[in-house]
Amino acid sequence: MSLEVKPMFSSSSLKSGDGFSDQFPVGLRVLVVDDDPTCLRIMEKMLGNCLYEVTKCNCAELALQYLRDNKNGVDVVISDVHMPDMDGFKLLEQVGLEMDLPVIMMSADDSKDVVMKGVTHGACDYLIKPVRMEAIKNIWQHVVRKKKHEGKDKDFVNSGGVEDEDQKQKVFEDGDYSSSANEGNSNSRKRKVEEDDDAEERDDVSTHKKPRVVWTSELHVKFMNAVDKLGIEKAVPKKILELMNVPALSRENVASHLQVEQFFHHNRRVDSITRFMGPPNAAFGNASAFNGVDIQGLAAARQLQQQNLAAIQAAALGRASTKVSVSLPSHDNRNIFNFENPRLNNDNKQIDLLHGIPTTMDPKQLASLRQSASTFGHMNMHVPSPAVQNNPSMNQMLQQSRIQGLNGQSLNAAINSNHVSNLPANVVQSVLSTAIPSTVLGRNGIGNVQGPVYTSSSVPSSGVGLITEFPSNSFSFLSNSGTPAVTSKGMFQNMKSEIRGPRALVPSHGAFNELNMNMIQDWGMQNAGLTFESPLRSNMGVLGISPSTLVQQGFSSNSKNVQGQSKSPIVNSSLSENPLRNEDERIPNTGFENGLFPEQYIQEDDLMTALLKQQDGTGHVEGEFGFGGFHLDTLPQ
Amino acid sequence: MEVEQLQRSFLEYIAALFREGFLDGQFSQLQLLQDESNPDFVVEVVSLFFEDSERLLNDLTKALDQQNVDFKRIDAHVHQLKGSSSSIGAHRVKNACITFRNFCDERNVEACLRCLQEVKQEYLLAKTKLEALFRLEQQIVAAGGAIPILDEFS
Repeated sequence: MSLEVKPMFSSSSLKSGDGFSDQFPVGLRVLVVDDDPTCLRIMEKMLGNCLYEVTKCNCAELALQYLRDNKNGVDVVISDVHMPDMDGFKLLEQVGLEMDLPVIMMSADDSKDVVMKGVTHGACDYLIKPVRMEAIKNIWQHVVRKKKHEGKDKDFVNSGGVEDEDQKQKVFEDGDYSSSANEGNSNSRKRKVEEDDDAEERDDVSTHKKPRVVWTSELHVKFMNAVDKLGIEKAVPKKILELMNVPALSRENVASHLQVEQFFHHNRRVDSITRFMGPPNAAFGNASAFNGVDIQGLAAARQLQQQNLAAIQAAALGRASTKVSVSLPSHDNRNIFNFENPRLNNDNKQIDLLHGIPTTMDPKQLASLRQSASTFGHMNMHVPSPAVQNNPSMNQMLQQSRIQGLNGQSLNAAINSNHVSNLPANVVQSVLSTAIPSTVLGRNGIGNVQGPVYTSSSVPSSGVGLITEFPSNSFSFLSNSGTPAVTSKGMFQNMKSEIRGPRALVPSHGAFNELNMNMIQDWGMQNAGLTFESPLRSNMGVLGISPSTLVQQGFSSNSKNVQGQSKSPIVNSSLSENPLRNEDERIPNTGFENGLFPEQYIQEDDLMTALLKQQDGTGHVEGEFGFGGFHLDTLPQ
Repeated sequence: MEVEQLQRSFLEYIAALFREGFLDGQFSQLQLLQDESNPDFVVEVVSLFFEDSERLLNDLTKALDQQNVDFKRIDAHVHQLKGSSSSIGAHRVKNACITFRNFCDERNVEACLRCLQEVKQEYLLAKTKLEALFRLEQQIVAAGGAIPILDEFS
């Protein structure tokens, strides 16, 4: 599969619309937690081979801390079930509650009870050890799914050009699709009425630019409640709309959503999949085609005749039923209300059916998780300084260094940069606020930030540039670790994929792809005794942190209690605890920013190209689904 | 030619390891993960396994030596050993761990002691054989050849 080579920061409407970069899932930020070093290393390598950005951790507590300190710095968590310091399920719950990230459990234990426990606790997936590459390749789906249901609580998402027929997203929103779908389904008079309405409205829609509605989990819940109340027979868009009582919602929105439910829900594939209208590249097209429906084909479906659509649906159902373990009822208008899966299909519980693990999540549990998660989400968003959000990667790095520094040991070079051990949160925040890419700003602790963090030359130049004020920093980013490995990505990656972050600052993935994975990412795996002791000016700039960082407990292979050894009270401090002091830090740092960008861009392109070339060679999700989706033109008519 | 001979010996040896159940498909997966950027990946991971296993085996020995045997702890250790051995494809070690866990469930100290012995033996065997395999690899590389991959078992 060939990926379109694009400069990292070009924005395509699709990209901004669905929130994922063109490169996705390249650069997916994974935190893997396992107390078994062998497995951890293998996971790291496998994830790395998928071009994900890996952080490994052998201690659940540390992992939680890491997640807390790096809000939005991680996309998905993979955790072992049996761990000495904390039960994997507990971690799962915590992550679900606090960060609402997709969590994948893994274990050598394949007994049904344990797997069931994973599912009921909300795991997105459960991998049986030994984990194989195929399983790893698919994990990005959970991120997408979750993100789509995350309740970006925006009601309207403008992704440019309402009537752009090529935009797949549009298929499921607006009246367009619904009208054609209506044609395909019309049986009852009710449908006919709607059909007429929709036909009219479609004209309106096509002429007027309408903001698109994103069916968030909240909206969907309201929708389902309304539908329930009305009953199958009476659940017409108009009435549903009334019951939902969402001012921003229009009847067409509801109508099209109804069609979506109808079309896709047969497969127990909740909005998650249908919502996911990935970027145009084929992998995503296929990725979303879980139920065997080619998304692009769906877009085309709008233009199809009624018969074609019916054929598609039938075929989709046929496909779906073979793929999915659920026996699908025959397709008719009522099916939408027949699903066995919980209403709250905001599926982080939608475990990848390809794994054959049933996904049944207690809707209440989900609801409560979701609510608490969203509360948390809100809290977390507001409490720390905005800067924090903008620079998740920096947070991440800083946190990493904090955690690292807890023992006062300097880990090896790469980890050194993480040793912002005594950094008070405010410094971190201020650093972040300046949006300096991926260099850890150390105020107090970063005395001797030495050691190479990155192998790739491109990284250092951008990173090093910032670090001018770090006298003691011998950032020899170039390590000897040989050729860069693709996999681990540094914070740059984070920033890049972070929607809110100042994208411009982030060097391309490519930069990190080039970084040698061997470059340490294991905190503590090598005792590099780095301690950031000397007070540093806050405008130090952020150090490049090795792409894959090992957040390990004690930094020596046997110690299990990092927090106990903490030198600084950072362990529990979240960025939110300290007041922000942006002003001081920001100004001097801006200079860095300006100077850096041009370099970064240049490097990025090269790296991107290299990265993409590499990517071409690696496997894709495309082939993972077992079927390439079906295309409309192959359907019998 | 020496390289060819070495390569043939290597292939025969590793094939035998698979045949005799010392290694399984997971080992092949590891080999496939190895690439130019991580040319020693397999050795690295297996070394991690050796280190970790020896620690676990020591812990197990101590735990079984106690007055009051903590079976939960033992089970946890064995479980981890099972996980790591399966991850590198040390098939017989993994099987020995499975057996061990069963006796753990029964809380049978005697049987557990026997199982521990069994696991240790399998571990040592696996270690010896893998080390021999790696030596062969080194010889091949030293002679300028490439390490062939036997992928029939993946």
